[in-house]
Amino acid sequence: MPKDLVFITVIGKDQKGIIASISNAVFKHNINIEDLNQKVMDGYFVMTMLADMADSRASIGDIKKEFTEIEKQMDLKIQVQHENIFKAMHRV
Amino acid sequence: MEYSLDEVIETVRMTLYHNFDIRTVTLGINLKDCIDPDIESFKSNVYDKVTEYGKRLVNEAGKIEDKYGIPIINKRISVTPVSLIVESCKEDAPIEIAKTLDMAARDANIDFIGGYGALVQKGMTRADSRLIDSLPEMLSGTERVCAFLNVGSTVSGMNMDAVIKLGNILKDIAGKTDNGIGCTKFAVFSNAPEDNPFMAGAFHGVGEPDFSLNIGISGPGVVRSVVEKNRDCDLTGLSEVIKRTAFKITRAGELIGRELASNMNVPFGIVDISLASTTKVGDSVAGIVEMMGIEKMGAPGSTAALALLIDAVKKGGAMASGNVGGLSGTFIPVSEDSGMNEAVRSGALSIEKLEALTAVCSVGLDMIAIPGDTPAETISAIIADELSIGVVNGKTTGVRLIPVPGKIAGDYVNFGGLLGETYVMDISKFSSRDFILRGGRMPSPITSMRN
Repeated sequence: MPKDLVFITVIGKDQKGIIASISNAVFKHNINIEDLNQKVMDGYFVMTMLADMADSRASIGDIKKEFTEIEKQMDLKIQVQHENIFKAMHRV
Repeated sequence: MEYSLDEVIETVRMTLYHNFDIRTVTLGINLKDCIDPDIESFKSNVYDKVTEYGKRLVNEAGKIEDKYGIPIINKRISVTPVSLIVESCKEDAPIEIAKTLDMAARDANIDFIGGYGALVQKGMTRADSRLIDSLPEMLSGTERVCAFLNVGSTVSGMNMDAVIKLGNILKDIAGKTDNGIGCTKFAVFSNAPEDNPFMAGAFHGVGEPDFSLNIGISGPGVVRSVVEKNRDCDLTGLSEVIKRTAFKITRAGELIGRELASNMNVPFGIVDISLASTTKVGDSVAGIVEMMGIEKMGAPGSTAALALLIDAVKKGGAMASGNVGGLSGTFIPVSEDSGMNEAVRSGALSIEKLEALTAVCSVGLDMIAIPGDTPAETISAIIADELSIGVVNGKTTGVRLIPVPGKIAGDYVNFGGLLGETYVMDISKFSSRDFILRGGRMPSPITSMRN
């Protein structure tokens, strides 16, 4: 089955439980985590997660709704974007 | 991971912090197949086609927004120039069709629909003339319909009889609407492109297929931020970094446009790479020029800076997409760009300098408030000056002037929302009357003879 990859990007203040909350939400929708990167940039915690939605019934819109609560609770910015946009912008 | 963390974050930051968005997706719709001798059937054909496709556009655009996390600000429709489809109809047909378009746009949740206009660069048919005369009534009686006129081209020269009419028409439109706001929905062009996705001047040209999905990207905020990061490089280096950024944002636009067209099962048209500012602080073309090292937009050096800017944007855009089209210049609207507006307020920017800026890159004198008592012939003369730049240089130029009733130079006007706010500009008091009233057609320039 072809992969359906999305990038989940989290930007905010470093705190306990960020990766746990995101992973939990992703797991609930049967989305597989392919890769994960994190670092502190200009004083902010930044994480990008590459996830495969091929086996999930959820749409990107559904996942975003799931993250809205986490954004509020933990004061984070979470973006979910299909991989194609990164391919278009960063690969010739 | 195939992409570095920095690459992913660069894209995310563009939307989160630098106002990168798709400014408009505009679906061009051919209305020639809606023509019917019976006006009621004609209107119902137009209504059905526009609402069906308008609703699909809004729905599909929403899904793409979700998928890529890039906001699509406006979903719009452009149609076949209305003067063409009402040629065989009775006197009041243009207005009837405009009201139908207005209703269809409202019911499909489309904020603006363009195409109420005519191509009269060489002369006017009876229907063209009727449509031009109906502009004040149309623009004051509808909410979402935008109007355009093409009165000049490099091949045909300029129709000065139409230009004479426009001075009075603009004053009439202004008089019939609050603060002259009707004029913000009307653009006059030379060399108007048939696939422009931006309002007020969008229309679905006669050389276009049944449908065409055109997309206008935006990104003054993104370009400003790369200029800010590169304070120390020389102008060659600066051009290079702007070019790379333009490449990236154009590629994003192209991806979104193509996918949206394919999901709607309509042909993809063009990506318009114009830098389109908004009233948001930081999302300003003047802001880019000022970040390049000009104290205030309009100061000496502004024309050169703007020339460098759009040249770099075009080079990056052309590499990114084989379908660059529409206007693809830089927009320097006064009221819609907070930096431009501030430059006018502080006295750094005059209408004469604006005209010079439009010679190198931009698409015209846009969203400029002028005193309400400006003589009609002077308004016509400003239009003639600006459009001459387009005719002679083989480029598109447009004019969107608002002679605000009861206001004088220096007064403040607020048009609201995306249309912004501005200060009324000072206009020369010397007369152009005798020149303008000669009328006729300005011959096409010698450079048009290329065959």
